[in-house]
Formats: sequence, structure tokens, C-alpha cells
Amino acid sequence: MTAPAWTIPSVRAALEAKKVSSRELTSEFFACIERRNPELNAFLALSPDRAFAQADRIDAIIARGEQLPPLAGVPVAVKDVISTCGVRTTCGSRILENYVPPYDATAVGRLESAGAIVLGKTNCDEFAMGSSNENSAYGPVRNPVALDRVPGGSSGGSAAAVAAGLAVAALGTDTGGSIRQPGAFCGIPAMMGTYGRVSRYGLIAFASSLDRIGPFATTVRDVASILAVIAGRDSSDSTSVPVPVPDYAADLDRPVRGLRIGIPREYFGEGMDLIVRQKVEAGIRLLESLGCVPVELRMPHTDFAIATYYIVATAEASSNLARFDGVRYGLRVPGATLLDMYKKTRGRGFGSEVKRRIMLGTYALSSGYYDAYYLKAQKVRTLIARDFAEAFQQVDVIITPTSPSPAFRLGDKTDDPLQMYLADIYTVTGSLAGVPGISVPCGKTPDGLPVGLQVFGPHFGESLVLQLAYAFEQARGSSV
Amino acid sequence: MSPGILARYEPVIGLEVHLQLRTGTKLFCACSTRFGDPPNKNTCPVCLGLPGALPVLNRGALDLAIRAALALHATVHERSRFARKNYFYPDLPKGYQISMYEMPLATAGWLEIPLDGATKRIGITRLHMEDDAAKNLHEGFPDSDRNSYIDYNRCGVPLVEIVSEPDIRSPEEAYAYLTTLKQVLEYTGVSDCNMEEGSLRCDANVSVRRRGEDKFGTKAEVKNLNSFRYLQHALEYEIERQIGVLESSGRVEQETRLWSVAAGRTEPMRSKEFAHDYRYFPEPDLLPVHVSEALKAEILSKMPELPDAKRARFLREFQITPYDAGVLTTTRALADYFEAAVNAGAPPKSAANWIQTELLRRLNDAGKEIAESPIAPAALAELLRIIERGQITGASGKKVFAKMFETGDPASKIVAAESIGQISEAEIERACREVVEKNPDNVAKYKAGNDGVFKFFVGQVMRATRGQASPQLVNGTLKRLLS
Repeated sequence: MTAPAWTIPSVRAALEAKKVSSRELTSEFFACIERRNPELNAFLALSPDRAFAQADRIDAIIARGEQLPPLAGVPVAVKDVISTCGVRTTCGSRILENYVPPYDATAVGRLESAGAIVLGKTNCDEFAMGSSNENSAYGPVRNPVALDRVPGGSSGGSAAAVAAGLAVAALGTDTGGSIRQPGAFCGIPAMMGTYGRVSRYGLIAFASSLDRIGPFATTVRDVASILAVIAGRDSSDSTSVPVPVPDYAADLDRPVRGLRIGIPREYFGEGMDLIVRQKVEAGIRLLESLGCVPVELRMPHTDFAIATYYIVATAEASSNLARFDGVRYGLRVPGATLLDMYKKTRGRGFGSEVKRRIMLGTYALSSGYYDAYYLKAQKVRTLIARDFAEAFQQVDVIITPTSPSPAFRLGDKTDDPLQMYLADIYTVTGSLAGVPGISVPCGKTPDGLPVGLQVFGPHFGESLVLQLAYAFEQARGSSV
Repeated sequence: MSPGILARYEPVIGLEVHLQLRTGTKLFCACSTRFGDPPNKNTCPVCLGLPGALPVLNRGALDLAIRAALALHATVHERSRFARKNYFYPDLPKGYQISMYEMPLATAGWLEIPLDGATKRIGITRLHMEDDAAKNLHEGFPDSDRNSYIDYNRCGVPLVEIVSEPDIRSPEEAYAYLTTLKQVLEYTGVSDCNMEEGSLRCDANVSVRRRGEDKFGTKAEVKNLNSFRYLQHALEYEIERQIGVLESSGRVEQETRLWSVAAGRTEPMRSKEFAHDYRYFPEPDLLPVHVSEALKAEILSKMPELPDAKRARFLREFQITPYDAGVLTTTRALADYFEAAVNAGAPPKSAANWIQTELLRRLNDAGKEIAESPIAPAALAELLRIIERGQITGASGKKVFAKMFETGDPASKIVAAESIGQISEAEIERACREVVEKNPDNVAKYKAGNDGVFKFFVGQVMRATRGQASPQLVNGTLKRLLS
């Protein structure tokens, strides 16, 4: 890559030094997108009007010599399951092909209030259901690191856009790994905060009790800066939590010496690529060299996580996706009767993976099956959360691989949904437990494919997670 | 069907009542609940169920629901939970209703209904909160033969559903239950209970069994009982229908039936319309509802006086008849009016009489509610005090009342302007003397012991004074002159 990799601090410095105007920088990014997007397919929609209007506001602030807001002029991309007022939001689905939200998601509003520039909407698996971005109705995203590989999913477009330098940062959503796994596949840091840390208002729900909005960026510091802006209680989301938001970026430099890092044995078993194991184990040794103390852990309910996740998530999805019925917005395929219209609209509007999950979820909630599936899954979910709670009695953070393999080839797993589901095996646990987690790059395979290391922290332990990730990132950078 | 056959069966009825809570805004968003606004005026991303929008519970609605539950002597649970009830229909923009299922707000209450001069206690199974659906409009548009329209103003309006135990044994009891329930909830300010505007809706679970049997028969759910009249008709019809089925050796189907006002009968709904598996599950977008003892105590402390308590107090404090107390406490507004008049100095007994006769009649003629009365309680009190003092007669008082109702002027002003103040004792004395002098025959009859003729003298004096003389004074004066 030839273009200088912009970061939040470098954008700020350039604007303050008047080396570039916000409008010029924004144009530069749109030009970059125009060049690269045809092959990457990371963006589904661009919002130049909105972006330039915001850039002009920033330039006016600079002209007046006023204090710049924290994300002034930072070009960002937003996953297409997050509502943007006046900008088409499809969720990667045919059923919302023409849907333009009349309101902004809280996270988007907060980014813009902090001065960020929303460039456009990024491709994703349909309704965030997938682990490779191949379930988008608008075609797969290609991994900028290796174009024949998937970028991961479901927030593949956001990950690819940031990794390719088409945005300084991006918002993704994580339900079972949809931020962390693409972050790992594309070789950039990617984080989900504690459930309730970031408002879900405006996030088009896949699984309400699991969905979280979180940032992608090229540095841990930038991830921390974005998270600090979007986090915090929102009166529009009852499940957002009124816990104060620390200045994450300011806390990054705290020493990690003496931190106890938990290594759960269940995450280093069968099914993991050898190279991933080697890289993650090397990462753990690097942390050890920084003074962290590894502690071997048992998290006995880990094996049930995938099954639990696919019951809870699909059950909620079957209800959340009921509103796409052709009555008020989005696709409507006319039918002879109301029922006929419903069937045709949903039949043609949804892709096969979405239909599969609606079927699974509907079944799990059906009378006579509810206790055996949904209720049982909720109980196991509690046990998995307890595994985490108990682990955090012994350790400060938990270290695992993000994904059992590096980015796989497009088409490799599309015929085998179960194989695809297993790509989330190390990420869904944290999703079910509601704890914060980050994926940070921890080296590359001989083919040059990035490997991710995942850090889980206790509830609202984002600062700790970020500190560790930052120390790791800095140590790796200096050891290269 | 012969009364003999009907008498062999006992109906078993439970009612499910939906009431709109009296809040300014909807259950999960800040949109207005105002009735009658232009279609789809009061909508937002939340109540339209737009993708990504999330519900936030209206605290005011929760407080009202708790008040309703406490007024019905129900146990309000420390922890309850909203749940999603999933089904597809165009009036349901989210594809699910946010209701309560396994963990309702309150359970195990009761309501006492008047029955044959005594009372009967009807159990209340549960009370829970939910959001209302939109309104489908199938008529009144140029293209109504092809298209339907949807008005989402009502969508998201807060409701409570109150489910009774199957303790009701006749359509009359059902009527009494609904009337009493309405009265209690109106009193507590929980709901307007306006059936025309759809703020009170009722479904019934009906079965019949042979008298003496313990087991319940198979029940049918009858929907659309949205007026007190329909309720009784529909229940009578449905009871007879089920008895008819059993008498002809048939089996009552467990089904949902719709009361057809036009046909005057219940009709089965097409199975597809109700054969739902609602797939209830806890609403993940809302936190569980916590109701502390402190909140319950606070709501209870602010609970308005309930009808039974008010009736008893009126009897005790104002010495009016039980009948009057019953009528005057029919609605809280009427009771408040009565009490305000008494507090402003009206004699309780005459206030009770005047309100029930003059005021209610004229309000009824004018199509007005008590709250819209042109005569304020204090103004009525002034009039009744003038009458009590003997300044004007009751008969004149009625004329003054009419004028007050018409103009809104105070009684004193009308009495002064129309010079209908009662005439002086001297004038009465003169009139009485004149009548006695002009009717020697009748004087003789009276003196001979014919007391009945006394009325004649009174009548004559009243006529001479155009009804403005104080009857007591006239009586006294005549008795003196004739003795």
C-alpha cells in the first residue's frame, strides 16, 4: 500500500497544521473508494452529500480557530445494518433494497457529533448472519490482504474498508463474532464493548440480546477513541447501561506488568489450525515477556456455546425479522391475498441463510419445543456466563485465538453451514456472556494471512482489555 | 329454547377486558395518544416498528397499571417481564406485540359486584400491560374495494389486560362485572373507559355445564363485545347456542367466535385467523420491570377513594338515602360535583335531589357531561341556600335554575334581576285576609271540621302571590286567621 495510513491523531494533526482541509481529505477518501471498491465490494452506498456537509462544518471550525471535536474530520464507514438518516440502509438484503431510514442510529449520531465524517455504508452478511460476508445479497466482499479470501463476517465490509485504507475507522456489529473475526481475518484491531456499553438504537436487530456495535480501526488507540465516543447510556435503548465511560485512550499506557492472563484450555483444543496455535502461543509468550502472568483456566461449558448461540440468536432473529413483511417499507411482492403477499415478499426478499435461521428460530420457540430448546439454551447461556465470572475471579483478562483459522477462500464453506458456524467457535462464548472482547493482530501465516488474538475482559472492563491489546500491539510493533 | 331446558344448564363465563391507560404518550415512545387526530399523525420510528427502533417503557403507564392492579386488590409482583407475542398482521408493525406472559405485572385480585341486593366476589386472574395495534381501515376510501389503509395513531397506545376467573354465572353478572370494573377504573383515573373510542374492549370465555356438575364444559372465546349491550346479547346468544349443541347430542368446539352486531349472533372465525402459535419469549429489548414496596406504597397512598368507600362515606357524612348515594357515586365526576356543592354550603339532601332531578335531566337534554355543566357546584350551592333561607320558593328556584343553566349567571343575580324574591310577610298577611274574606262558605266548612278545605285556601293564596309566597308562612298565617 502506498497511501499513508491515516489514523485519528494523524488526521487531527494534519487538519490543525492546515496541511489538508477536511473537504480535501474527504475527497481523497472518496477517490480511494472509487479506485478500490470495484474489486473489494466493501461499500454498498456512499453518502457524499452528508460527508461534505460535515467536512465543511469541520473546516469552518478550523477557520474560526476553535477547538476541534475529538474525531474532527475522521472519515468513517458504517456497517449497513446501522441506520443512517437519508442514506440507504439495506442490511445486505434484497428485502430492504430501497429502504432509507428517517433517523440516525445513536452511535452514528454520536460519531458525527464528535466530528467524524460518514463516508458510506459497508457490505455485510445479510442481516449480519454469516461469518464470511458471502451471504450478502449484493455480492461478497474480498479480503484486501488476499483477494481470493473472505474478509470474515458479518462485518466484512467494515473490516475490509479499514484494512484497505478506505476509511480511518468503521462501525461494525458483533452478535457472535461479527466484529472480532473479520478484524482477525483482515489484520486490524476490532472490538465489541460490554453488552449495554454502546446503544443499539438504530442497529437493525439480528439477535437483540447479543447484538453490539463496535469499532474497527488500524490501531488500538483509534479503537479506544471511537469506543469512547459511541459508548454510554442512551435513553432510547433500555438495555444501555449508565456506567460512566472512562477516557479509554488516555488509559492505554498503563503498565500491564503483573496482569494475570487466563489461558482457557478449551480454546486450544481440536479444530484449530496449527499456524493459528503457533501464532497465539507466541503472542502469549510476548505478553509474558511484558510481565503478564499466564494462568491456565478451565471453562467447562465452552463446548455448548455454538449450539446455545444458534438457538438464542435464531429465536430472537425469527421475531426481529418478522417486521419485514412488505406492508410499510422495503420490498413488496404483490400477492392475491395478504398471506400470499407475505409469502412472496419474504420468499424473494430473504436469502437462504436468513431463511434457514428464521426457520431454526421459529422452531426453537414453537409451543412444545420452547422448553427443550429456547429455555434450555438460556440456562446454558447462564452457565457460560458463570464460566466467565468464575474465570475473572482468578485472572484479569482471558486470551484466546479469535478464529480457528485464518481467512479462508471464497466459496470454501458456503455449502456447509455447520462448518461456517464453527468459524465463530471462539467468539460466541463472549457474546453469550456479555463481556467485552477485542481481536488484535498477532502475526501472519507464511502466506501472509493475518492471525488474530482475542482478549476478553470482565463486564465493563474495556479499559483493561484495551490496555492489554495496546501493550501487545506496541510490543509486536517494536519486535518486528 | 324453553326456559326449562335453559334452567338445566349453568353458564360459566370469564371476561378478558382490555383498557386503554390514560396517559398522554404511548407505552414505548413519546407519541401522543390523542384520539381523533388525522391518520398517522402521532407516529415515530418506535411505534411504526421501523428497523432498529427500540421501545422504552413509559413510567406513567406503569404507575397507572400498578394503580389499577392495587384497586383490584391484586398482588403486584416485585419482578415482571414483557414478552413478545409473535404473529403477522398489517396492524402489527413489529410482527409481534409487546405484552406480558409468564411474568405478568399482577395476579390474584378480585372485584365485588352488586348482585340481587348483595354482593358477589369475582376473582381476577391476572393484570398485565401491552401495546395496542394499529387500526386497519377497510372502508371509506375511493379504492376501498381494492385497498386497505392503516392508521398507526393507535399503535403503541398503552393497554392493560384484565383477565377474570371463570366466576361469572350469567350475562347479568357479566354486565355487573364490566360495569363495576369500569366504575373502579374510571374512579382511579386509570382509564377513560370510553367504549366508542375503543379504550375499553371485552372478550369472553363462555362454556355451559349441567347444573350440579363440577367440571367445566368446553369453552368458546367470543370476541368483539365492545359495548355493554352487545356483551349481554352476545353472551345470551352464545349460551343458548352451546346448550342447543349439547341438547342435540353435539359437542361444543373449542374455538374463537366473533359477535356479529349485524347478524345478532356469534360466528366462528376462520381458523387461519386465530390458529396462532404466538411463540412467546421474553422481550430482550426491555429490562425486567421492578416494582418496589416503596413504589406500591406511594401509589396506594395516592389512590383516589374507590366507589364503595365513597358510597359508605356519603351515607355516613351526609345522611342521604342509600339510593341517592348509589346514584351520586355512579361516576367519580358526579360524586365530586355533589361533594363540591355540599362543601360550598348546599344542604346535602337538597343537593342530592336537585342534582338527580334538575341537573342530570338538563345535562342529558343538552347532551353534556357533568364536567361541562354550566352551573358550577358552588353556584348550585348558592341557589339552594337562597331557597333554604326562604328567600325564594322551590318553584321559583326551578325557574332560576333554568336561567342559570341557560346563561351561567349566579342565582343571586337572576333573583335580583327578575325580582322573583319572595314577597313580604305583610303582603302574605294581606293576601290571606283577602282570600278568607272572599270565601265565607269555605271558612264555615273548615270551622265545621273539614280540614281538606285548607288546601283550597293555600292554593288561592299561592295563586294570588304567583307562587312566590313562602309556603310555611302562608300555612302559618292561614291557620291563625282561620282559628
